[in-house]
Amino acid sequence: MTYFLQQLINGLQLGFVYALIALGYTMVYGIVRLINFAHGDVFMVGAYLGFFALASWRLPLPVAIIIAMVGCAALGVFIERVAYKPLRRAPRISSLITAIGVSLFLEYFTSLKFVFGPYFRAYPRPFAIRTYNLNGVTVSNIQIIVFGVAILLMVALTLFVNRTKTGMAMRAVSFDRDAAALMGINVDNIISVTFGIGAALAGAGGVLYGIAYPQINPFMGIMPGLKAFVAAVLGGIGIIPGAMLGAVIMGIVEKLTEVYISSTLRDAAAFAILIFVLLVRPTGIMGKREQEKV
Amino acid sequence: MAAGNKLRVDIGTVALLIVLGLFAVLGFLIVSGVINPYVHTILCYAGIVVISALGLNLIYGYTGQFSLGHAAFYGIGGYTAALVTRSIAAQGWWVLPLGLLAGALTAGAIALLIGLPILRLKSDYLGIATLGFGMIINVLFKNSDKLIKAMGGAAGMRGIERLTTFPWVFIFCLGAVIVLRNLVFSGVGRALISIREDELAAEAVGVNATSYKTLGFVIGCMFAGVAGGLYAHLYTYLNPDNFDFLKSIDVLLIVVIGGLGSISGTIIAGAGWAFLLEGLRVILPSAVQEWRMVVYPLVLIVIMLFRSNGIMGGSEFNFLKPQEYRRR
Amino acid sequence: MSVLLEIKGLTKTFGGLVAVKDFSLTLEPGALTGLIGPNGAGKTTVFNLITGMITPSSGSIVFAGRPVVGLKPYQIYRLGIGRTFQNIRLFKGLSVLDNVRVAYHHRGNAGLFDAIIRTRRFYSEEKMITEKARELLSILGLETREKDMAQNLPYGEQRRLEIARALIAEPKILLLDEPAAGMNPAEVGRMMDLILFIQDRFKLTILLIEHQMKVVMGICRWVVVMDFGELIAQGVPTEVQNNPKVIEAYLGKSGG
Repeated sequence: MTYFLQQLINGLQLGFVYALIALGYTMVYGIVRLINFAHGDVFMVGAYLGFFALASWRLPLPVAIIIAMVGCAALGVFIERVAYKPLRRAPRISSLITAIGVSLFLEYFTSLKFVFGPYFRAYPRPFAIRTYNLNGVTVSNIQIIVFGVAILLMVALTLFVNRTKTGMAMRAVSFDRDAAALMGINVDNIISVTFGIGAALAGAGGVLYGIAYPQINPFMGIMPGLKAFVAAVLGGIGIIPGAMLGAVIMGIVEKLTEVYISSTLRDAAAFAILIFVLLVRPTGIMGKREQEKV
Repeated sequence: MAAGNKLRVDIGTVALLIVLGLFAVLGFLIVSGVINPYVHTILCYAGIVVISALGLNLIYGYTGQFSLGHAAFYGIGGYTAALVTRSIAAQGWWVLPLGLLAGALTAGAIALLIGLPILRLKSDYLGIATLGFGMIINVLFKNSDKLIKAMGGAAGMRGIERLTTFPWVFIFCLGAVIVLRNLVFSGVGRALISIREDELAAEAVGVNATSYKTLGFVIGCMFAGVAGGLYAHLYTYLNPDNFDFLKSIDVLLIVVIGGLGSISGTIIAGAGWAFLLEGLRVILPSAVQEWRMVVYPLVLIVIMLFRSNGIMGGSEFNFLKPQEYRRR
Repeated sequence: MSVLLEIKGLTKTFGGLVAVKDFSLTLEPGALTGLIGPNGAGKTTVFNLITGMITPSSGSIVFAGRPVVGLKPYQIYRLGIGRTFQNIRLFKGLSVLDNVRVAYHHRGNAGLFDAIIRTRRFYSEEKMITEKARELLSILGLETREKDMAQNLPYGEQRRLEIARALIAEPKILLLDEPAAGMNPAEVGRMMDLILFIQDRFKLTILLIEHQMKVVMGICRWVVVMDFGELIAQGVPTEVQNNPKVIEAYLGKSGG
């Protein structure tokens, strides 16, 4: 039993990191119906920014996280303005292809030697690892930090989206972009803000991932990005609590499959669950039933 | 192509003759050694890519079903064909086509099985589900040695006979173009397109959407199966890493860049893609080889920003269209 | 068979919302009945129920003696009920001719292999379908537009094309959803003439949703009124026009 709880905690840690990525996917999809393929690579950039902050400039962890968040936010907004905004009135698939192009570009450009380089790097841990024993279950301070930071950010996001004017504007634009524009909302800015916030969260996720699983490389964003996206769909794409729920489920399922069944099948299990859920609830767990108006 | 009872020399027939002539020329150049084996392989690969992309164009470009799992069927076709040819002791020209047939049928059967439940899903969700299915198949390939030792699991399947040659690729590529072209310019094709345009309205005018979606999906996946089989017998080695969602995305890129619902576009984009990636490898001096994969996505982004409907944008060269559709 | 379409006790609820409640209607062959009511009364929902796009929560729909509840929309079209849509749902990426040909495809015998190999059967089928489609386009005055993309047609012609598409499979019943919407008075007049013309030419039974009273009063021989999902009145046009419940339903809201 303690073993199971242990793995549950490990899965939760993974899930929380996925959640920080999944939120960006879900918010962007909600507001512009785009699957932002490049998001996983923004996560990667965040991890690297944190790496340089910790390793090269020897800054404390909170500062590193902030640097990653700010840097990624800027990157996210930049990408939106340059690559996605011009295609807003074009068929949706064009933006998707462009997003794929941005993703590939980020991966391969950063793996050039004068940028990040194609090799794996070991993430510095700015403090000693301490473990705490609760009834036989071991929790490390790293895990506590991951939980703490992730929860803090998710709460902040929820408050922001539900209690501030900008948050309300974001929700308005997701419902009906043109109507929101007619209400005087600056749609361009709101879209940029959404991309920025999503990217910032992914950046934080990158740093947390780095200290939890201390190996990074320019292609590290592909699988977590994919899984986080699946998590967002699982929970109901476009729905913020759904992304958190879906991500936690993905993390736990992945970990449990890895330890109880086989590590090679762990990716397949998560996707199998996704397909099953979609067949039963086509719009995701918390997704709204979309009735087609005839 | 004769229309009705009159035998007319029309632009379609002329185009076909030109294509056959091109084949003869290229074939000669290969046999005489002017075209070296490396270029020969690239030519074959370009043809294979086109076959696979034509399949996805049928599924997504014409029928509107967003499938992100195309590589899985490419892999299924490859492995099946390889296993079949491996188990045939005899030699003969018929070995490869038999393997390809097996690959196509297996891919089609699995497409039917997975399509029936999954094609109910709408657009983006269908994409995710097919992507997930592709991942599952990929994992199965990685674990395949537990079931069939010869498939090699994560290490891949080796020792496949090099049966693919340019004439074979050419024949199947030409066949794929003709089959797809005949299909889309027919009642079946119109039904598929009507589903893409407005599935509900299509149902309202007598089109059994479920049936046709599945049909389009199965045929498109069979194309992928043939392409995979040709691929297996060209590179003689199958690695599960080559059949992951990144490969599915490659095919999607080609279909969109060429123009959804355009056969001409798919041919141009598919061949162009294969030549671009290889061409960059040749042009760029080895010191900056790594820039190859940096330039490629930039080209993609630029094409999308300037021609968001794809190179051909849904239109077709006149010689592919039947008489009545041609613009004077 | 004296009654062509019989609807009894039709009810549809969506979650907590009752969209259609205990709706009954009979259509005799040759009827031209109007279905009217304020916005949101459930008229299009009734059409969707008849054509199988949604399934009723309860009630029955019998077409020419045959119960059709539970059949899929494509089956119902093939049985002989055609419809047009309030918001015009043409196949934008297909030509005018192809829009009509698609709707006749199921009548053909040529299958997939015929199409791929281009057998004689394929060519004769294509010829048959094309001729039939052209004939219909000609009757509806669209023959010159044959090769144009459906999305490039002016509004009035798009409406006619949608009607042509619904008619090609020779339905017995035609459901028209606001055929005159968005038209100026002259166009409305032409649409009214067209409806009468096609009814006579193709021996149709027509059920028509309309907001424009000129159309309802002008061509309908029977009128059925809905409000809040229920049938509140029916009768000949002049009766219904003066029915106090009907007046209240319209004036009580947006003023009709």
